[in-house]
Amino acid sequence: MTAVTTTPKKQAQRGRPGQSSPKLAYLPIIFLAFAIGVPLLIIVVYSFLEKPSQGTGVKWVFTLENYKALFIQEKLDGTTALDTRYIKVLWTSFYYSLLTTVVTLVLSIPVAMWIATRDARKRNLLVALVTLPFWISILIRTYGMRQIVADEGPIGKFLGIFNIEWSILYSPPATILGLIYVFLPFMILPIYASAERFDFRLAEAAYDLGAKRMTVVRRIILPSIRPGVISGIALVFIPALGSFLQSDMLGGGKTNMVANVIANNFGQARNWPFGSALAVLLIVLTLLFVLIMQGAAQRRGDKVELV
Amino acid sequence: MKIMNKRKATIVAALAAAGALLLSACGGESTATDTASAPATAASGEFPTSGSGVVNLYNWTDYIDPALLEKFEAETGIEVILDTFDSNETLLAKLQSGATGYDIIMPSDYMVEQMIGLGMLQEVDVASFPNGKYIAPEFMDVYFDPGRKFTGPYMYGTTGIACNTKLEPECENIKSWKDLFTGNYPKVNALKDQVEIVSAALRATGVPASDLCTTDTAKYVAAEEMLAGFKPDVIDNDGGNERMITGQVNIRTSWNGDTHRMKMENPDIIFIYPSEGLNFWSDHMAIPVGAPNLDNAKIFINWLMDPANMAAASNFSGYNNAITGTAELMNDELKNDPGVIVPEEYKALLSPIPNCGEEARELYTQVFTTWLDSQ
Repeated sequence: MTAVTTTPKKQAQRGRPGQSSPKLAYLPIIFLAFAIGVPLLIIVVYSFLEKPSQGTGVKWVFTLENYKALFIQEKLDGTTALDTRYIKVLWTSFYYSLLTTVVTLVLSIPVAMWIATRDARKRNLLVALVTLPFWISILIRTYGMRQIVADEGPIGKFLGIFNIEWSILYSPPATILGLIYVFLPFMILPIYASAERFDFRLAEAAYDLGAKRMTVVRRIILPSIRPGVISGIALVFIPALGSFLQSDMLGGGKTNMVANVIANNFGQARNWPFGSALAVLLIVLTLLFVLIMQGAAQRRGDKVELV
Repeated sequence: MKIMNKRKATIVAALAAAGALLLSACGGESTATDTASAPATAASGEFPTSGSGVVNLYNWTDYIDPALLEKFEAETGIEVILDTFDSNETLLAKLQSGATGYDIIMPSDYMVEQMIGLGMLQEVDVASFPNGKYIAPEFMDVYFDPGRKFTGPYMYGTTGIACNTKLEPECENIKSWKDLFTGNYPKVNALKDQVEIVSAALRATGVPASDLCTTDTAKYVAAEEMLAGFKPDVIDNDGGNERMITGQVNIRTSWNGDTHRMKMENPDIIFIYPSEGLNFWSDHMAIPVGAPNLDNAKIFINWLMDPANMAAASNFSGYNNAITGTAELMNDELKNDPGVIVPEEYKALLSPIPNCGEEARELYTQVFTTWLDSQ
């Protein structure tokens, strides 16, 4: 019995080892271009069109009203006023996402470092455990979360023993808790990836040379895992900004994040052009954030590219 | 599966749909015979009572007994694939955005009229179906579908306020919509339904039932002000029963049948008839244009209009229905619930859910959106 091996001759036919034909990349690139580009284009176009009288869909008449409506409300009595509702909703989304990012970051760094310092076999097991939530649908997990944080849930019952009142479901804390829970693995994994490559002898050397604990963390460890931290921030902050499910299910279905307002405009409210305008605004703000992150990273000379 | 909410139902439906795809891929033959045999039966004048393949039902969340659907499947040989929506506007938005593949939809009265106006429903002359004779006379010549050309009746009910007397001691002080909107009560769940919320706000500001489709913007400005301080914890139609039963919320703007079901699980809950009046609505089975299984849809509507089946549907959903001969088949709990069988003294409070023209509808949307986006 002979083992199946690739002969050097065959490799030569395919080009250098480790290189593949660019043709293989065409299909996914075309697919992505369609799946991202076309809907994006539709959203941008729709945002400049009028809403038809029967709701749903668009009327092919150019207008800037949708963008105006983001900031100025035409009231029922005919007067106009500065409309802060959508700015507030955007701010809320930004604030929730920022909080989620900060908390997941603070929680993730020690966890990632700890995993990275285990032996190889344990490391694999621990990483598998971090990815365990992905095995279950996010919907089911959010339902679970709802039961857990409910007033009469396990937390509420436990705190009830000490007469501490617990009532966060259907309020912002529940939404934020849901976001932290869902996005935590997305912060741990990239930081771990960076930490795993870190040569811990450098930390030992720093100790030996008399650095204090915090100095080692600040001067040696954090700079080494910075690429992971930046990837983690991008992977958490950006999707969190557009999250829908947590505020819908844990926040009580009120429109407290921008994605909920967008969804409502494509659903019940049947105002696609306005929903599109809001979506475009969100995309622009997200892009701005990414550019700022990238600029900050480049200034520090890190090899991080997000766009 | 007592309380199935929209998303769970969607998952189940998606799984079922995936399963059906597999089945239809293997057994294309059965679908072919179905379409071939159906015109034959129709031509001979006999209404088919059984078939094959599937019927795609798009219904309100938690509105039909899964056991009843199983009974339908056993008796007719047609498999039901259920998907759910949470409001008339969601249903309309979904269909208008090009969703196809539904054989039966369940719009409320005013939405039936809108949909007929938009040419979205098929005229199948439901009154002529064998079980058309069971349609209650007062539900025969309805404004939205005179002579029952398009729709068969399902349930009817009202929208009032459910309150948990144990967790909310103020229940007895909530007598009107105004009390609810201005009382600043904690743990409130409001329906995410623009017609219900805005019409209740109009009523609360003194607009009479006959004028709920007014186009006087001043009235809507007042309604907006009425709602300005109304900040419910939850604005969602799905899962509200569960929240009330488990005490996650104490007050809910609620359909009477849902409230009946809550009461069965939690006797502390009562149904309040607000003093300014309530909307009386009815839901109807209709076949959207482009339904892939027209014959199966007809069979389904006819089957459900059978008094025994409709009574079973009522016993599950907690609502009364518009089919004659079902009253004696209903549960005693249902028959004796003053929230379901409206007591005489409250009958005057009921008025049909407003069926407004385009201009008023637009005003409703604006008031509702302003309220929703200000939460």
